[in-house]
Formats: sequence, C-alpha cells, structure tokens
Amino acid sequence: MLLVSWSAFVLAPQLQLGGAKQVPVLNSTEVYPHTRPGEANQGLQVYRANGCAACHTEQVQQDGVACDVVLASAGKNPDAVSNLLATLTLRGLSQEAAQAVSDKITAAGGKVETHIVAVGPDIARGWGLRHSVAEDFLYDNLVQFGSLRIGPDLAGVGSRLPDANWQLLHLYAPQSVVKGSLMPPFRYLFTTRKIGAAPSPDALNLPKEFAPADGYEVVPKPEAKELVAYLLNLHADVPLYDAPFTPVVVAKP
Amino acid sequence: MTVNDKLDNKFGGASVPASQLDSSFAPPVDASCRVPLLVLFGGAALWLVVSSLLALAASLTFHMPDKFGDCSWGTYGHLQPAADDALLYGFCIPAGLGVALWIFARLGRTPLRGALVPVVAAHLWHLGVLVGLVGIFVGDSTGFAWLEFPRGGSALLFFAYLLIGLWALMNFSGRPAGAMFPSHWFLVAALFLFPWIYSTANILIVGWPVRGVVQAVIAWWFGNNLIFLWTSLVGLGAAFYFLPKFSGRPLQTYFYALFAFWTLFFFGSLRGVPSGAPVPAWLPTLGNLNSMLLIVPVIVIAIIGWKTVVGAAGPEGKDSSYSMIRFGFVAFVLSALLQVAMSCPQFARLTQFTWFGVAQTQLQLYGFFAITMFGAIHYILPRAVGIEFAFPKLIRVQQGCAMLGLIILVASLAAGGVAQGLKLNDPNVAFADSSKAMLMFLRASTTGLLLLLLASLLFALNIFAMIMAWHWSLVRAVFAAVVAPLPKTEVKA
Ligand code: HEC
Repeated sequence: MLLVSWSAFVLAPQLQLGGAKQVPVLNSTEVYPHTRPGEANQGLQVYRANGCAACHTEQVQQDGVACDVVLASAGKNPDAVSNLLATLTLRGLSQEAAQAVSDKITAAGGKVETHIVAVGPDIARGWGLRHSVAEDFLYDNLVQFGSLRIGPDLAGVGSRLPDANWQLLHLYAPQSVVKGSLMPPFRYLFTTRKIGAAPSPDALNLPKEFAPADGYEVVPKPEAKELVAYLLNLHADVPLYDAPFTPVVVAKP
Repeated sequence: MTVNDKLDNKFGGASVPASQLDSSFAPPVDASCRVPLLVLFGGAALWLVVSSLLALAASLTFHMPDKFGDCSWGTYGHLQPAADDALLYGFCIPAGLGVALWIFARLGRTPLRGALVPVVAAHLWHLGVLVGLVGIFVGDSTGFAWLEFPRGGSALLFFAYLLIGLWALMNFSGRPAGAMFPSHWFLVAALFLFPWIYSTANILIVGWPVRGVVQAVIAWWFGNNLIFLWTSLVGLGAAFYFLPKFSGRPLQTYFYALFAFWTLFFFGSLRGVPSGAPVPAWLPTLGNLNSMLLIVPVIVIAIIGWKTVVGAAGPEGKDSSYSMIRFGFVAFVLSALLQVAMSCPQFARLTQFTWFGVAQTQLQLYGFFAITMFGAIHYILPRAVGIEFAFPKLIRVQQGCAMLGLIILVASLAAGGVAQGLKLNDPNVAFADSSKAMLMFLRASTTGLLLLLLASLLFALNIFAMIMAWHWSLVRAVFAAVVAPLPKTEVKA
C-alpha cells in the first residue's frame, strides 16, 4: 500500500520530470527557461529563509484560452470596417466565433489577426500572461509554490513591478508605497546608519513618515539586494507548447 | 456473538463495561508505561503552549503589521510555520505515540519492557523539535510546508520515532496470540507510515534534492500523508479503543472497521497535489479522484461511531474524556467531508489559495486530533502515574476553552476563506479588496486563538503538576527508603 502511493507520487513524477530539459519557445528559435543569475539564485534562498511563501504563491492559474480578433489594417474601406467593428464582439471569443468574426471583417475589406490569450481572474489581474507550468521552475533547486494568497501571486512580479527601488522601498516599508498594506515590513533586511562623508548611493529615498532621523540613512543589506534581484527575475512570460498565447508585439506605427 | 465480542471479552478490549476493565492486569501494564508517557506528554504539553503563543503572535501581524518588522524572529514567515510545526511535531506526534504505546500495552495486556529506550527517545524527539523550531527562526527552514525543520532537527525526529515505534511494535508482538483489535490495525499502520514518508521527503527534498517541481509534488504528498492520513490513523485508532470502552457497547462492527481501514489507507495515501498546480495534470486528477472516494471510508466511519455511541448507556455521570473523544470524532467526519468537498472542481476553485484550506487543516489537527488526544491523555495519565490530576475541575474548563476556541477559529477562517475566494475569483475586484474582506474574519479568529491558548495553559498546568507530584513522590520514596532501617533479609542479599 505504501509502495503504491510512493510509486505514484514520488517515483512516477521523478521519472516523468526528473530528466526534463529546456523547451522551445512557441514560434521562435529560443529555448526556455534560462538559469537564474547568481544573485537572483541567492535571493531565492532569502525568500525561503524569511518565509515569504507563507503569504505569497508563485503559481498563476488560468481557466482556459480565448481568441481576440485584432484589426491589423482597415484596408480600402475604413468607414465600413469601423462601422462593422462597432457591432461585433472582438475579445474573449471561442475559436469558431473568432473565425466567423474575422471572416466578416475580411469580407468588408479589413485585415485581421487572431490572438490567443489566456483567461481567468489571475490573468485579468495582470499576474501573468499564462498559467505557470513545470518548465518555469526547471532550474530552481527550491520550489516555492505556496498555498495561501494573503498577498498577490508573485510568479510574474518581475514583469509587473520591474523597479528595484520600488521593491526595496516596499520591503522596508510596504505602507510607504501601498497604502494600508497588510504586508509586514522587513526592516531587519536593512541597516540604518549615520550618513558618512557622503550619502550612500544605495540609501533608500523614503517618504517623510518612514524616513530615519536626520543625519541617518537606510541602506539595504546584501540579503535585501539579492531578494530584489530574485523578485525582478520572476517572469514567466514566454508562450510554450503547453501554455500558448500570442505575445503582444509592440504596435507598428 | 461476533468474533469481535469474543475477542473483546477474552482480552478486556472494547465490550466489557468500563468499571470491570481495570482488572488485575491493568495496574502493572499502566505502571510500565509511566515514565515514557510522562516524558512524551510533558514535552507535548510544553510545545502545545509554545505553539499557541506563536500562533497568537502570528495572528497579531494582521492587527498591526507595522510592529513586526524589526526583528527576524518576529516575522510572520517564521512565526506561522513555527506555530504549525510546534503543534504537529511538538504536540500531535508525541501525544499520539504515547497514546499508542499505552493502547498496545493495554490491549495486549503486556507491560512495556525496557522503558528506558522510549524515555531516551522521547527526550531526543523533543530536542529535535527544539532544534527544528530554532532552525526556522534563524532562517534555516527548508521552505516546504510541514517539512520546515532543517536536517539536524529532522534527523533527531526520525531516529527518535524509529526507537519509540520499534518499542511499540515489540510490545505489540509480545501480546497473547490472536489478540488483534481494530485499534491495532490503525496504530500499527501509522507506526510504519511516518518513517517511510518522512525519510522519503527529507532525502529527496533536503538531502539530495530532486529537480524543479518534483520537489513540490513530494512535499504535497508528504504533507497530506502526515496531516491527513497519519493523524486519522492514530486518532481513529484511539477513538476505536476509547469509544466502546466508554459507551459500553462493542465496536460496531469489526467488519465495518476493517473495510474503513483499508479504504481510508488506500484513498487517503494517494492524494495531496492540488488542482491547478503547475505539474503534469494527471497528478492532481489522480489526487482529486481519491479525495472524492474518501467519502466511502468517511461514511463507514461515521456509521461505526454512530452505532457504537448513540443510545448506549455510557459511563456513569459526565466524563470529559468521553465528551472530548466524541467531539474529536465528529470533527474528523467534518474535516474529512471538507476534504471531499474541496476535491470537487467548483468548490476547489472557490477555496484554492484561501484561508479555507487553513481552516480545514486546523479542524483536522486540532479539532479532531488534539482534542481526541486531550481526552485520551486525561484518561491515561492518572492511571499510569497512579496520582490524580491536581486540578480536576479545570479539565472541564480546558475542554470548554478548547472546543469553543476551535469552533471560533475554524468557523471564522472557513467563512473568511469563502468570502476571500469569491473576491479572488472575480477579476473585477481589486486584490486589496479580497484582503480587506478577509481581515474581519482574521481578527475574529484571534479570539479563537486566545481561547486555545487558555486551553493549552490549563492542559499544561495539570500535566506539569502531575509531573511535579510524581517527582515529589519519588523523592519521598527515596527519602523513606534511606531513612528506613533495612530489613534483615535485604542485608543478607
Ligand atoms: C503576512 C503576509 C506577508 C508576508 C510574510 C510577505 N508578504 Fe508580500 N505582500 C503581502 C500583502 C498583503 C501584499 C499586498 C499589499 C502590498 O502590495 O503591500 C504583499 C505584496 C507584495 C508584493 C507586491 C506584489 C504586487 O503585485 O503588488 C511583493 C513584491 C511582495 N509582497 C514580496 C514579498 C516578499 C519578498 C516577502 C518575503 C520577504 C513577502 N512579500 C512577505 C503579504 C505578505
């Protein structure tokens, strides 16, 4: 009995995934994922040591995929096309509906593209472009899925909040950047010290209520910097075979 | 007369009225367990208080997050896992091991031999818990839920468990031929389960880590097998011993229990990976299927409890051990039903990543397991030590605080979890609103934790008073022996 359960949940996953390799990125020649840089890897250990996973998950969920029909060019008859567009639903369509809509627009002379998008509350909140998959964690030798969302999901936080200064301020005093934040501050990852000959370039630029006494400055300890390096390295935003979507290309003029 | 009845009457197991049970074999058997039980239960009581304090401190984070930022010892990510582990490893497991040791000795009518080994092992266990908890606070946690203890702590736990388990099994195999009761199956299975899952998880996650998400799969498998299956096996093993003893009616019936045992073990061990996890889809699917099938053993177990208890004469007067074990039994059925519900896709989606799961775990660990253990320990310890509790009236108060505190805690977290889930699943609601929806319930749950702290303190008070009384009786005995003139026969020998 013990052996059955062990084979199913220990042996079989290891056989299936233990030898997993990088996978190709959809519609591209690149492979995914890449190892995290050293500092970010150390940051993962800071994340573990401070128990961030007690409040944060790193697993974006999605309900499924839908199609968005996007107008690529209005063609020769822009008025007719834009009148037509006003009467149609273009987002969140099933594949057949998207096909029907694009047929109509094409018939009116427009040119369209169909984009595949992930749908679900997590995606709508901007936590990621697709659900998390096993590949995202291939090179992490510590997987911090978490199980409780006291705070937002962090699987894609590096894309959402890419500013290192914001992250440092948020760690030192969450309420200084998010009003009424419930996240406890991590002041112990910083040192408050007397300003020397010149202010440190690392010193936090804190709003008044959170700033230290005059003549003092707050600088991040190495752990805080590593942690932020890790957070900024968290982005799972390439389309894969088992989690497809159409990356949004910067609009051409 | 069923097979069960015959066995019971022969070996003084379940079906004889409680008053006749403590017949001549009992006192030496009880006495043989005395010191191991004092160490196991004494340490458990201490960790229970520690766990309650830590849980309360963690909960205060939500009342005043800003106060917890200056010291790494006071951060939520340390307090909460430490509180959980202190409850599970500090209280639940040693309490369960002690109760199992005693039930084996009683059912087999065989005194525990070589009690020194379990005594040393129990000390090692508690030392392991201390090392593990300190490890969490200094940042050495492994980062996996229910498996946070760093190597040093988990190695101590593992060896201590092996020793205690071995001694329990030796006692078990020394019983008279043929004396095999339903409680035996559950307890023996649990003895084997822990070393197996604990070594697997520690070796493959901490020792020589496997890659990527396989770690998480193993951690989930481990967590479920320990939190759900291990506690169910031990708690039901104890309940199936005590319920018939108190109600005065044999366990209804042997064959139902046999069926419940195998189905619980089979379905209960093959699950753990939540739906939607970033792992191959067959893992959560298999897990959910087995979670749903848990309905089968749960119904059978509920029937066993119902038929054994309802309408039976019961003990004379009110017995708080009986009420606690019955409460625990009902909590088990509820907790397991919640597990079944949480495996249904709709409900799983609503409750995933919310406090609802925490509520269910608390119901299982505290409502079912800890309260069953309170009942059992209150029954066992005075008999094993031969001293009554110093404050017997407080046992009722302790019972009230534990039950009420648990109900407040679980109800507020479960309701809050649903409120939170509704908002999390609505993309038009900002995340911050889902936290706000939760906040009121979280703060209510602090009241529950306060009551649980009181219950822990009262429990520990009686246990510690008992330990002191026992030490005092030792001192007096030694003193009397030293002072007394030696009888002639002993001088010769
Ligand atoms: C007590 C629970 C708790 C703990 C522990 C915690 N957080 Fe948070 N976190 C929150 C909450 C609540 C929010 C949402 C409010 C906010 O943005 O401040 C949040 C927000 C965040 C955000 C912003 C995410 C976004 O999308 O706005 C980041 C980044 C973050 N936390 C990182 C961390 C890190 C790193 C740690 C560990 C050092 C950590 N958190 C520990 C509760 C927690």
